[in-house]
Amino acid sequence: MSAFRQSVEAMIPALRRYARALARDMDAADDLVQDTLVRALRSERLFLGGDLRSWLYTILTNLNKNRRRSLARRPHFMPLQDDNPDASGTEAEGRDIERALATLVEEQRAVLLLVVLEGMSYREVADIQGVPIGTVMSRLARARAHVRAVLEGERPALRRVK
Amino acid sequence: MMTEPTIPVTEDELHAYVDNELPAERRSDVERWLAAHPADAERVESWRSMTAALHARYDAVINEPVPRRLDLDRLDHRPRRWIIGAVAASIVAFAVGGAVGWVAHGAATSPALLQNLAGEALDAHRLYVVEVRHPVEVPGDEKAHLQQWLTKRCGRTVQAPELEATGLKLVGGRLLPGPTGPASFLMYESASGERFTVYATKVGIEAAQMRYTAQGNTSALSWAERGVSYVVSGGSDRTRLTQVARLVYDQSERVGG
Repeated sequence: MSAFRQSVEAMIPALRRYARALARDMDAADDLVQDTLVRALRSERLFLGGDLRSWLYTILTNLNKNRRRSLARRPHFMPLQDDNPDASGTEAEGRDIERALATLVEEQRAVLLLVVLEGMSYREVADIQGVPIGTVMSRLARARAHVRAVLEGERPALRRVK
Repeated sequence: MMTEPTIPVTEDELHAYVDNELPAERRSDVERWLAAHPADAERVESWRSMTAALHARYDAVINEPVPRRLDLDRLDHRPRRWIIGAVAASIVAFAVGGAVGWVAHGAATSPALLQNLAGEALDAHRLYVVEVRHPVEVPGDEKAHLQQWLTKRCGRTVQAPELEATGLKLVGGRLLPGPTGPASFLMYESASGERFTVYATKVGIEAAQMRYTAQGNTSALSWAERGVSYVVSGGSDRTRLTQVARLVYDQSERVGG
């Protein structure tokens, strides 16, 4: 297996995590990852070094944007059961964060997940979204403020203040 | 009382502090600022617990076994996928099955209407496949009557395709209201209980190429041929859906609607 393919393969678990949080539905998320991989493999020769990780996240982020545009007028169906039931009491918290994410606009959700979940730098996220760093920072700030408001509004009793 | 940093800390800096994007020399300023500004300290703390909650919810995905459909070698051997607009839509088996001119002839179509029909069909699919006792109005063992009735009501020849070759038996059918007139809706079932539906209705479109639509656990392949739009809906397995749609397509072409 080529070094390129090995590097792509090594990224699959992280791409799945990002896609799951982004698309919320397991099948739709794996569809996104699958489309991303197909595109990446097809464009292997177009990839002239550089940051493979950012490149894959860029493809996935763009595919999701297109997908959402095409489904914009379609209702979203939430899965009836949690596809990842935690054993512990963090389950309710997990569902809260999931619901809060769902209320974010697309670009803000992507920024929040790329920075917080995937540990990307502001610079990398700016490149992925094709916007200035200032835009990334304002999207991040709005995303955090919004999620915080939703979490505190929904379960004030469970709000954790350490 | 803590000494205030000479330059006040901005909200951007608070985010940068949490995300380790702040220049090292400014960190101690921010820490002093937080000690003196409890509202900001609380905000920073809420962002940190947000980070923890996201990892707690989604990190488990990293350790899940990667599904086989994401295997790179398998993806390599998949036939190429057509990109309609910017959306990847798969017409997999149709492209390799010898129907070469098939995708070319429907260039000028009305995607919005077809998209709409696919949505209607998927809604009907989801509504009726879960029915145990009343999935259809006319059962499959009255096939002749079913076809006659739907032909009369839909104003075109309705023939239930034979899908035995792919292990599916006709459960029956019903008449549905559609955006452009009455639609025939046929349901099929396999021995293991998986259900597929075939939705068809007259449209003002001569022909349209196949598109793939997925919603949650259901997906559909839709196309138009000689003024009739077809939507074959099933579960999330694309290969299986394509196999079924291919059979429906072959027969609708022969029968002529």
